[in-house]
Amino acid sequence: MMQKMYDWVDERLNITPMWRDLADHEVPEHVNPAHHFSAFVYCFGGLTFFITVIQILSGMFLSMYYVPDIINAYESVKYLQTEVAFGVIVRGMHHWGASLVIVMMFLHTLRVFFTGAYKKPRELNWVVGMLIFFVMLGLGFTGYLLPWDNTAYFATKVGLQIADTVPWVGPYLKTLLTGGEIVGAQTLTRFFAIHVFFLPGALLGLLGAHFVMIRAQGISGPL
Amino acid sequence: MAKHDKDATFVGDSRVSAKRIPNISPSYSDFPGKSEAFWPNFLLKEWMVAAVGLIAFLVLTVSHESPLTAKANPNDTSFVPLPDWYFLFLYQLLKYPWAAGDYVILGILGIPGVAFGAMVLVPWLDAGKERRPLKRPVTTGLMMLSLFSIFFLTWAAHDEHVKKHGASHGGAGANAPAAAADPNFKAGDIWTAQASCQGCHGKNLEGTAGPNLQKVGEKYKPEEIKEIITKGKGSMPPGMFKGSDEDLNKLVEYLASLK
Repeated sequence: MMQKMYDWVDERLNITPMWRDLADHEVPEHVNPAHHFSAFVYCFGGLTFFITVIQILSGMFLSMYYVPDIINAYESVKYLQTEVAFGVIVRGMHHWGASLVIVMMFLHTLRVFFTGAYKKPRELNWVVGMLIFFVMLGLGFTGYLLPWDNTAYFATKVGLQIADTVPWVGPYLKTLLTGGEIVGAQTLTRFFAIHVFFLPGALLGLLGAHFVMIRAQGISGPL
Repeated sequence: MAKHDKDATFVGDSRVSAKRIPNISPSYSDFPGKSEAFWPNFLLKEWMVAAVGLIAFLVLTVSHESPLTAKANPNDTSFVPLPDWYFLFLYQLLKYPWAAGDYVILGILGIPGVAFGAMVLVPWLDAGKERRPLKRPVTTGLMMLSLFSIFFLTWAAHDEHVKKHGASHGGAGANAPAAAADPNFKAGDIWTAQASCQGCHGKNLEGTAGPNLQKVGEKYKPEEIKEIITKGKGSMPPGMFKGSDEDLNKLVEYLASLK
């Protein structure tokens, strides 16, 4: 039955090559922790992706309750955390996941660095990986403001003051992020839009490129 | 990606090749040793480990509730800002005199710019064929130095914050005597006019980051209260009071009367 359905689609769309690229590839011995336990260092990239998926899913659920305006933002987060069933888990996953994704990405970067996996022919994938790193830091910075509590507000204020001191582009960057003179209603909606639409869009594009390149080049060989 | 024959024939007017590739797994002989199929063998194991990890993560979210301090209050000038932990090393760098003030460009762009720029360009900076870390000591050494700096700066920022402001994030306080607070206590008008005082001592003097002041008159004389307000005490910064000297005297009188 499954084979017949697969054949029906394959006849029309020729999906076998796509399926090959997506899932039908080998896991070499030197990256497989089942053979060498020390190969767990090769898992950090996959773990980063796993937690990124958790972030996307929990973020989608958070957006069902979150209201991005300065009157209701704090109240909606508090309501989600204290009143909504499993709300504490959903916010907890997003909050701790944000830290965990940074840790995993850091470890993944170190693994790639110390195994010299960025060398020819994988230079471009390394650069894309670094861009993903910066997008993730941007997601962390913009997401930190959204609960609109004192921690969030004052950390963002300092962050924007630091951005302001960057030569030449600093003041423009600050205005772009703040949306006015003060950290207020405009800032919150801008950070919300950047956190929920702009950066995730960029992230998905970069992750797509990252994975296509891995499939095209295969994983780097043993040291 | 998929290899297409240049002289492929297509079905009808579509771009779907008439020549179909049979769906048989390749031999997996690119790497030496015991290769394993990603689908389904390896993925199944991966999912089992991931499921255990996910449960551990869920336990963490329930046992350690995500923090939420009081609603953002721009007038609360006593709140000590602290960025999220993974920005602390950059934040700490800007506190050193050689990377701040006149030299702020060094702290903002110079050091982080060179470090992150080198990270992005490392495939071209370290273009040799050798991959083993010990065989390329300069690259490895610089990375170890950067890692040490990041860990040290993060630790220094955290340490400085804890020493100055207690273990709390400046918000919900370690030194808040919440048990002694009287929930029925109503603060006077002179108190409710002072937003920055309320930021730490609470709307009704019950105390949040700062101590409870509902019976502060028992502990201090009016002159002492006035001195604390104007000069600060412990983690309480000076000059938090906003208003005329007359209002200050009224506030001192009011606080001294609380017994």
